[in-house]
Amino acid sequence: MMNCVRGLAAAGLMIAGLLLPAAPVAAETPRDTLVMAWQIDDIITLDPAEIFEFSASEIAGNTYERLIGYDLADVSKIFGVVAESWTVSEDGRTLSFKIRENKRFASGNPLTAEDVVFSLQRAVKLDKSPAFIIGQFGLTPANAEEKIRQTGDFTFELEMDKPYAPTFVLYCLTATVASVVDKDLVLANEVDGDLGYGWLKTNYAGSGPFMIRDWRASEVVVIEKNTAYTGPTGTLARVVYRHIGETATQRLLLEKGDIDIARNLGAEELDALASNPDILVQSAPKGTVYYLGLNQKNEHLAKPKVREALKYLVDYDTIAATVMKSLGTAHQAFLPKGMLGAVTDRPFRLDVAKAKALLADAGLPDGFKVTMDTRSQPVITGMAEAIQQTFAAGGVDLEIIPGDGKQTLTKYRARQHDIYIGQWGPDYQDPHTNAQTFASNPDNSDEGTTKTLAWRNAWDPGALNAETDAAILESDPAKRAAMYQDLQRKVMADGPFVIVLQQVEVAAVRKPVAGFVLGPSFDSNSVVMVTK
Amino acid sequence: MAVAAPRRQDGERGAAALRILIAVAKFAAMLAVTLVGLAAVTFVIGRVVPIDPVLAVVGDRAPQRVYDRVRAEMGLDLPLIEQFWLYLSRILTGDFGRSVLTTNPVLTDIARYFPATLELATLGTLFGTLVGVPLGVLAAVRRDTLLDQLVRVVGLIGYSVPIFWLGLMALLVFYARLDWAPGPGRLDIAYDYIVTPVTGLLLVDSLIAGEPGVFWNALSHAMLPGLVLGYFSLAYISRMTRSFMLHELAQEYIVAARVKGLSETRIIWRHALRNAAVPLVTVIALSYAHLLEGSVLTETVFAWPGLGSYLTNSLQSADMNAVLGATLVIGASFVLLNLLSDIAYRLLDPRTR
Repeated sequence: MMNCVRGLAAAGLMIAGLLLPAAPVAAETPRDTLVMAWQIDDIITLDPAEIFEFSASEIAGNTYERLIGYDLADVSKIFGVVAESWTVSEDGRTLSFKIRENKRFASGNPLTAEDVVFSLQRAVKLDKSPAFIIGQFGLTPANAEEKIRQTGDFTFELEMDKPYAPTFVLYCLTATVASVVDKDLVLANEVDGDLGYGWLKTNYAGSGPFMIRDWRASEVVVIEKNTAYTGPTGTLARVVYRHIGETATQRLLLEKGDIDIARNLGAEELDALASNPDILVQSAPKGTVYYLGLNQKNEHLAKPKVREALKYLVDYDTIAATVMKSLGTAHQAFLPKGMLGAVTDRPFRLDVAKAKALLADAGLPDGFKVTMDTRSQPVITGMAEAIQQTFAAGGVDLEIIPGDGKQTLTKYRARQHDIYIGQWGPDYQDPHTNAQTFASNPDNSDEGTTKTLAWRNAWDPGALNAETDAAILESDPAKRAAMYQDLQRKVMADGPFVIVLQQVEVAAVRKPVAGFVLGPSFDSNSVVMVTK
Repeated sequence: MAVAAPRRQDGERGAAALRILIAVAKFAAMLAVTLVGLAAVTFVIGRVVPIDPVLAVVGDRAPQRVYDRVRAEMGLDLPLIEQFWLYLSRILTGDFGRSVLTTNPVLTDIARYFPATLELATLGTLFGTLVGVPLGVLAAVRRDTLLDQLVRVVGLIGYSVPIFWLGLMALLVFYARLDWAPGPGRLDIAYDYIVTPVTGLLLVDSLIAGEPGVFWNALSHAMLPGLVLGYFSLAYISRMTRSFMLHELAQEYIVAARVKGLSETRIIWRHALRNAAVPLVTVIALSYAHLLEGSVLTETVFAWPGLGSYLTNSLQSADMNAVLGATLVIGASFVLLNLLSDIAYRLLDPRTR
């Protein structure tokens, strides 16, 4: 009997624990260390020439310097980081750069034009996934040494195949792939002519405010202050990025003071933290847009009136206010707000009657049945379910096909979907990055090699191909912006994309941490000026 | 006779040696067949799942020429049978390839992730056995009493409650509210980087390094996830113990023992439990093997870098070198635990010798 009583007491203790008020908490992380809980299991490399994932891009942004940077508050303002100045040749095909002379790598080696030239050539020669960002100026592994050439200890030239808009080129040089690496250190670790690729995948050779001390995949990244860095910094000696996959666990850790910043909290968790005076929720619009891709191989979706009808069957505002609360704002253009030429027009609202009329005009008065490949991820699934309901109101029977991220992506890239719900973020801060994928598809055959989003949805944009190409050669920023505005409106009206939202990134920060910056792109989130 | 005796002893020794040799050969054959079979099945599954493994390497936006080059580098343009043969040839030389996700050799990854899982699984099994067996015995002895009902309810909850929910509740209560347990992860930040990994088992490595502070910190971090896993082990073991004990307590030899006047304690713990222990060994071994597979949900909730998370992440990215390596380790663990069960049988049951 005593055993029974003890057992019941133990059960009671557990239930009582649930009802107890939260114990008083105190920040337990060291004063000079910022501890962040974040889902960082997407990191597969630390080499800037290969990094193309969100988490690694952010780490690189805090540890490497690029030639060019931009104002996080106003992306249109470009400035030199490693570059002190630059000029454009009369024919517009060559950019000449002067490098700052006071910079050193964390290794102690001086940073010169030789390092910058090596870094850019190396990225082109290695030809990893992001190499196209700088390769698109006519640079290839074969001609990289000829086209990117050192002209002095602190000067070099970049020669291009066409007179691209200078802003386009400069924005591309703000990307992670254009980070400057320490030539001597990298080549000291070269194996069989791999340009140090095998070594730099897991090591560090930069000059940024922090240096990477350790990376344990799906577990932790530790960066430490680079004492050779001479720019302004906060008070941190190190930053620990801990992989905490479960968002509820992130919240518990934050409330307890065992971490300083939680990066992946959902709308419910953010709501729960709203009344906590020790926690501040920061947010910033990101370049990522959420959209539906309508495959033009589907006979119904290929009809222009059906595409238009579906754009009237999404409740944009409700999705932004509920499913994506705090995490997105309604947006319908392919360029995110803040980017050159972005339009904020929102011609579509939920209008079931209009959608039904359009479907009837398209010969589908009773609607039709269609599937949507959907990643099994809470936000995407929530959006899909909301869209399923409003589609049903218009007579469109939407079947959601759940799947793992890479599984749905594989199907999407093979053009085997009906509708795909996904997200797209810019690769760099120039509008061409999104214009190229949403409005350009030079070869719509199944064998087409430029697998833009337009290609994936089997959409031939016709004249928009040429208009997209023309926009990157326009050197007048105002005219260029107008060209992108025109492109966006045309894609919005006729394209196979139902663009629903622009992402807002949120971080919950525990006081007294200050100075953490969420920038407009994932590689611009900064811990450099953080104080505790 | 005096001359013949040593010969017979020699003959017996030779026969025993032969029996051991045959047993070892059988085990080696079973291990080989299991591992090759596992490798074949996993390999085929990995190739037929609708996930493109190249995407894990190059991402979604790589130009087609980069995609094609990486596909060729990964050998995915070769016929399936040739890919499998190449893989088998490599693993026979100890080369399990590299993981796409971590960039490390798969064996390096396994040496890092498996010990983390081994620690949790061992703690869980110890808890499940040390608590589950006595509970099961008491439930059987006091059949249909309140205690029995309670043990059955505990077992039922263990079977039916989702483990991630229990993990979160445990964190909420014992970490967030009561402050009895540390948070997720294997160590507090202050203790990180103090101990150089030798075995990968933090509890062992910290002792080797003479760092008691790290040991206690690692132990405190392992307790909560270990107990959560152990609860599920307990549910299974207590239920099966109860069932085996009920069977044994109904046997005639128990009646005979009582007639002989043996104490009830001796009858239960020395006689009935000893006989119930034979099938119980299999139950405990299976439970242990199950925990060694890694409980991905527990590992996720407690941010525990174990084999379950590694395998799941790898599967989701079709990182097949990692999947195959982890699967083979799990397969080998099953075979090894099977062998240990067999040895335990022989020790516990003279009829099997």
